[in-house]
Amino acid sequence: MATSELPNEEFVLPKQKTIWDTILRMLRRQPLGSAGALVILIMGFAGLFAEQIAPFDPEMENFEYMLSPPGTVHEETGKVFYFGTDSFGRDQLSRMIYGARTALLVGFTASFFGAFLGLVLGVASAYFGGTVDLVLQRVCDVFMAFPLIIMALAIVSIFGTGVEMVIIAITIPFIPNCARVVRSSALALKELPYIDAARSVGYSHVRIIMRHMVPNVMAPFLIMLTAFVGQAILTEASLSYLGMGVQEPTAAWGLMLQGGAEEYAESAPWVPIWPGVAITLAVFGFNLFGDAVRDVLDPKLRSQV
Amino acid sequence: MKRIAPKLAVAVLGATFTFGAISAKAAAPEYGGNLNIVVGSKIPSYDGHIESTFGMIHPIRPFYSLLIRENPDNPASPTDFVCDICVGSVPEGTEGGTKFTFKIRTGVKFHDGTPLTSADVKASFDKVVNPPKGIASNRKAYFKMVESITTPDAETLVFKLKHPSGTFIPAVAMPFNFIYSKKDLDTHGYTWHQKNINGTGAFSFVEHVQGSHVKGKKNPNYHHKGRPYLDSYTALAAPKMSVRLQAIRGGRADIEFRGFPPKARDDLVKALGDKITVQESDWNCVLLASPNHEVKPFDDPKVRRALTLAVDRKSGSKYLSNIAIVKTPGGIVFPQHPMATPMSELKANIAGYSDDVAASRAQAKKLLKEAGQEGLKFTFLNRGVDQPYKIVGTWLLGQWKKAGMKVDQVVKPTTPFYASLRKKGDFDVSVDFNCQSIVNPIADVSKFLPSAGNNYANFEDAKLESLYDELLKAGTPEEQTPLLRAYEKRVLNDLSSQLVTLWWYKINPHRSYVKGWKIAPSHYLNQSLDNIWIDAAEKKSQGVN
Repeated sequence: MATSELPNEEFVLPKQKTIWDTILRMLRRQPLGSAGALVILIMGFAGLFAEQIAPFDPEMENFEYMLSPPGTVHEETGKVFYFGTDSFGRDQLSRMIYGARTALLVGFTASFFGAFLGLVLGVASAYFGGTVDLVLQRVCDVFMAFPLIIMALAIVSIFGTGVEMVIIAITIPFIPNCARVVRSSALALKELPYIDAARSVGYSHVRIIMRHMVPNVMAPFLIMLTAFVGQAILTEASLSYLGMGVQEPTAAWGLMLQGGAEEYAESAPWVPIWPGVAITLAVFGFNLFGDAVRDVLDPKLRSQV
Repeated sequence: MKRIAPKLAVAVLGATFTFGAISAKAAAPEYGGNLNIVVGSKIPSYDGHIESTFGMIHPIRPFYSLLIRENPDNPASPTDFVCDICVGSVPEGTEGGTKFTFKIRTGVKFHDGTPLTSADVKASFDKVVNPPKGIASNRKAYFKMVESITTPDAETLVFKLKHPSGTFIPAVAMPFNFIYSKKDLDTHGYTWHQKNINGTGAFSFVEHVQGSHVKGKKNPNYHHKGRPYLDSYTALAAPKMSVRLQAIRGGRADIEFRGFPPKARDDLVKALGDKITVQESDWNCVLLASPNHEVKPFDDPKVRRALTLAVDRKSGSKYLSNIAIVKTPGGIVFPQHPMATPMSELKANIAGYSDDVAASRAQAKKLLKEAGQEGLKFTFLNRGVDQPYKIVGTWLLGQWKKAGMKVDQVVKPTTPFYASLRKKGDFDVSVDFNCQSIVNPIADVSKFLPSAGNNYANFEDAKLESLYDELLKAGTPEEQTPLLRAYEKRVLNDLSSQLVTLWWYKINPHRSYVKGWKIAPSHYLNQSLDNIWIDAAEKKSQGVN
C-alpha cells in the first residue's frame, strides 16, 4: 500500500512580525501617511496630557506680560513663554496644547457621530430601497446642497455657540455625506446571494443590516471617517475664527487666530502664526493619513500600490 | 522686560497731539473742500426722533438744527450748552425752575425756503414729547416733566414743567431732537421725515445711494454766519472696521467719528506719522454686568457682591486700555461730570473699588462661602461684538476665576442676545451697557432703576424707586448730588444689583488736514460739521486729492 510521507525537511515557522516591523513596513509603503499619523499622534499626546505638558494655565491672564515675544521669562515662576503671549498675557504654548484637546474632541466626536449615523442611514436606505430610499436621499440632497461651513454657521446661529453646539453643527452636515457614499457600496452588497439567503432564513432587517451589511461597507466608512476629522478640525477653527464656535476662555486654535490675525499680524506676529501653523499641520496630517487609509483599504488602489 | 514699541507709540502720539494743537491754533479757517467721512453702520431711517444709532446721526445730523446743542467749541464739557436755533444763552428756569422761555432766531429758513418760526420748534418737540397715537418717539420718556409747550409769538417758545428738573436742559440738547418744519408735518404727516429730509442745518441734502454714501452740500443760508466752511461732505458706508481704517490710511476718507480701538490708532500713527491727528476722550458709555436676580444663587446679595468684589478695575483700566475701547473706572455717573462720585469716595464706600484687590477677593470668597456657593459656577452671556464686549467679557471671566469662580461664556449675536435679555431671561449673568449721547446724569442713571424698561437684572426695590423720584424733582445740583450718591450706593453696594466695569474711551484718529472738529464724550455729539474746515495746502502735501 502506497503511503505518503512528509518531506524530510525541518518545517520553519515564519518569523513573527513585531510592532516595529509593522511600523517600518508602513513607513516604507506609506511615508506620507506615516507623517500624517505622526502629527496625529503628537496632537493626541498633547491633548491627552495637556495638564502635564502645558507650562501655564491656559486661561490665566498675566496682563503684565501681554503680547510678550517668544522666549520672555515669567519673573515670578522663572518659566518661559516659549511661544510668547497673547493680548491677555496668556501663554500661547499652553493654549496651543490645550487647543489640541479641543480640536481633537470636536474632530473625533463630530466625525464619529456624523460617519456612524451616515453609515446606518446609508445602509438602511440601500437595503429598504423604494420610498424610504427616495425620501432619505432627497433629504440628503437638501443638506448636501449647502457647503459644510454654511450649514454649520446656520446651525450655530440657531442653536448657539460653545463646544457642544459646534460638535452638533459639524456632525449634521457629515451625516448625508457619509450616507451617500456608504449607500452606493451597500446597493451592490444588497444584490449579493448571501443577503438573499439571510432574508430567506428569516433574519430580521436589523440583523441583516448590522451583522451582514455594515461590516462589509467598513472600507468606505473608515475612509470617510478619517477624512472627516480633518474637515471637522478646519470647520471648528473657521467657526471659532468667525466668533461662532468655541468661546473664550476655552483654548481653541481658531479662537486664538481670531484674537490675533487682524490686529497683531504686524506688531506681534507670534499671536496668529502658531495657531495658524497648528491648524495647517493638523488638517494636513489627517488628510495624509486619510489618503493612506484609503490606499490600504481600496482594493483598486491597493493593486496599484 | 523692555518694550520699546509702546514708548515709541506714546512719543509719536505726543508729537502728533502737539503738532495738531499748534496747527489748529496757528491757522485761520479756510473755506472749501469736501469732507469724506466713513460710517460703520446703516441708516434705518432719517427721522432723528425715532432713531438711536450713530449710523443715522453721522450722515444725517448736518442737515438739521437743534434748539440748543453742546458747545461745538467746547464739546468735552458735559455741562456747556449753547443756543442753536434760539438766540442768546440757554435760558435758566424761572418760576421755581418750572418755566423755560426760548427766544427763536429770525431769518432762519428751511432748505426748501420756508421760514422757521417758533411754531416749527413747537411742532417738532410736540412730536418728541407728545406724539400722536401710533407715532413712535424714542425720547418721550426724557420729557415726562413737561406740562406744556406754548408759542406766545413767532419768536418765543415756552416749556412749562410739572416740577423743577435737572434733566430738562440736557434732554432738550440731545442731538436727536431735529427741528422739522410744521408745514411738512401738517402736509405730509409724522412719518414723512423717515424717508425725506428738509432741515435748517449747515448742509442740504444732495443724495443717498443705499449702501454707498450720503452727500450734502453747503447751505448758503445757514443761520450761524460764516459757516459752514466746507463746500460739501460725503458720508461713505463702510461696515467693516478694517475697511474704515484702510480708507483713512489710504486717503479715501478723512475722518471717522465713532472711534477706533487702541491698536488701530497705533497702526495709523505708525503708518502716517504726522499726517494723522488723534483726539481721545472718555466716552459716555459704560459696560456693566447684570446678574439675573430671578436665577439662583443671584437672588442672594452676598453672591452679587462677590461678583463685584472680584473685579480689579484699576489694573483693568491700565491694561485693557491697550487693547479695548475702555479706560476709566467710575461709578454710575459719567466720570468727567461734576456730579460724578470721586474715586476716593468710591474706594471708601463702594464694594469692589478698593485698591487692596487681594482683600476684596478674600472677602468675595468669604461671602460665597457664607452663601453656600464656594467655587460658584455660572455662565456669562456676552454679545457677539469684539469691541469692547468680548474683550471685557474675557477679562471679567479671568477676574472671577481669581476669586475661585468657574465661569463659562456664551456669546450670542445681537438679536438673540437681546432676546435673552428682554424676553427669555435665560441667563445667569449678562454683559450690559449704558450708552448715552448728552451727559445727563439723572436721566442716564435711570438705567439702574428696577422699573426701567432697559434694566435686565429682573428685580424690584421700592427704596431705589423712591430715591429716583426724589432725584427727578430735585431742581439744583446741590439737591441732586447727595441723592445721586445715595442712589449709586444702593445700586452698586447695598444691592449690588449690577456691577460697573469700566467706562468706554473714545479714540478718533483723523487726517491732520481736518481742522476745527473737537472730540466730545459721545459719538453722537458735535456732528453738525459746521465748524470743520480743511487745510488745503496740508491736504495737498499729504498727496490726498
